[in-house]
Amino acid sequence: MDFLILAQFLLAGLSAGAVYALIALGFGVVHNATGIVNFAQGDFLVIGAFVAYTLLVSWGMPYWVGFLGAVLVSSLVGLFLERGILSRARSKEVLLLVFITVGASIFLRGLIKEIWGKRPLILPPVEQGSEITLGPFRMDPQYLWIIGVAVLAFALLHFFFRYTMWGKAMRAVAADREAAALMGIPVPWVVAGSFALAGALGGLAGVLVGPVWPLSFESGVHIGLKGFAAAVLGGYGSFGGALLGGFLLGLLEGIGAYLVSSYKNIIAYGILLLVLLVRPQGLLGRETEERL
Amino acid sequence: MKAFWFFTLFILLIPFVVHNPYYLNVLAFVGLYFLVTMGLSVFIGYAGQISLGHGAFYAFGAYGSALLSIYTGWDPWLATFLALVFTTLGAWFLGFFILRLRGHYLVMATLAVNLIVYFLLVEMEEITGGVSGLPGITPYCIFSYCFDSDRRNFYLIWAVALFFFWGLLRLLSGRIGRELKAIKASEQAVRALGIPVLRYKVATFTFSAFLAALAGALYAHYLTFISPKSFDIFYSVEVVTMVLVGGAGSLWGALLGSFFLTPLPQVLSFFEEYKDIFYGAILMLILIFCPEGMVSLKLRRFLRR
Repeated sequence: MDFLILAQFLLAGLSAGAVYALIALGFGVVHNATGIVNFAQGDFLVIGAFVAYTLLVSWGMPYWVGFLGAVLVSSLVGLFLERGILSRARSKEVLLLVFITVGASIFLRGLIKEIWGKRPLILPPVEQGSEITLGPFRMDPQYLWIIGVAVLAFALLHFFFRYTMWGKAMRAVAADREAAALMGIPVPWVVAGSFALAGALGGLAGVLVGPVWPLSFESGVHIGLKGFAAAVLGGYGSFGGALLGGFLLGLLEGIGAYLVSSYKNIIAYGILLLVLLVRPQGLLGRETEERL
Repeated sequence: MKAFWFFTLFILLIPFVVHNPYYLNVLAFVGLYFLVTMGLSVFIGYAGQISLGHGAFYAFGAYGSALLSIYTGWDPWLATFLALVFTTLGAWFLGFFILRLRGHYLVMATLAVNLIVYFLLVEMEEITGGVSGLPGITPYCIFSYCFDSDRRNFYLIWAVALFFFWGLLRLLSGRIGRELKAIKASEQAVRALGIPVLRYKVATFTFSAFLAALAGALYAHYLTFISPKSFDIFYSVEVVTMVLVGGAGSLWGALLGSFFLTPLPQVLSFFEEYKDIFYGAILMLILIFCPEGMVSLKLRRFLRR
């Protein structure tokens, strides 16, 4: 019986891990294009989830519309953050740009509160009311949806970075901005595209997790921090690192929640600190940072 | 230095003009923020690193001093002194490990320290009182003269802040200031000259942590009530924002940032529901159009001694 409960926690941990990995990838994409940490990444997730809520619950649209709408709107928010705000900054110093995203995050939270109110919202699940039972083991199918869709997204992204022109351009900009520009790659558009992609990843994470975690206008901060921690744990800016860091952090949390539920955050961040002390570049990061 | 004495006179005269205890309270908080931001400004502006974990040191000062004085019944001054010694040693030790990390990794590590401290304060309810906070902290007293009003605490806090302000201004205009500036300009070159860069970074980090803890202790004995919410990561983000908005690496910038951002949320509460939107927008606008901070606006020439 105990084992079954542990399995439940592990499944919940894995699905949380998939969400963290999606956010960590969003952090990584932006970092590779610009070198900054985008602290509004978590707010993209909340925006995605709430847009889906409006489409699904308030307007009664089918699920795929909610899905596409969420991804589209949050990627537009990402695009606007770069084109409308960050690209106008007088100084391109990393520290300042990072704190402009902090300002953007406060702004977005205020906006979300204005539009959707202070109450936590919960999305309807993809499949209504069906609970999967395997003998005595019961689970919410939404967990499988989260993991499945996230893995599909990782596969598509991998394909995107390997084989498409845009993906290759993003990698080229990450490797060497000047050389990429000299080769005729429109660097500003690639940077803007990276923010749109980060927004889309956030929105996707939002729709997926919305049915399991009640989200409110402030939720973006703490979920975003977990994603940031996952990115650092795996090695900042590395594709494999984001996946590894995300799933590892999710599992750690799941196990922590099983052992002492109120200390799960302390355990997760404590282990992160220890890893950083032993491997200052993260698990998969190299001394000269490996990038997507 | 002339500007410093003018400013001291200005602070001394404030309570004769401002009688409303609420305004004095806000101004005392400006002093508390200034204590933290002046240390951080040196750390960020010269060592070129960010810490989003100073809320943790602020918490150590506040909870350390409060818990010591509550559980042992010692005089608040002694409790504060001991809390400061422990926090400073802890920060120094932590600094040696953590400052080997760079960029985003350092940001995450300091955030993690702050998050862990915050969650511990919440979870260790039997000792810290948990989310509902820790009431009944005794104010500082000198014999029968107790710092128990807004006006008295205003003077106490600003006396401490001005003392360190004066000391740091002197220190930074000397040899140490020059070496710190050199580290900012080129770490490699300075290392080649034989200046121990890591030791300097650890020293500025430790000193800024000490100031944060001092501010925390003053805060705890002033309000006589503390709860974990004042020590979360939003606090850490807020103080770094003050440094950047004022102008990193300039003590006058830290002062301007504290004076501008401390009352801003209260001022903006005029807009009620929209206040976060305005706050975020103002931050973005300053950082976009005034990257060197508010000191760079017009005052710079006047303030340069």
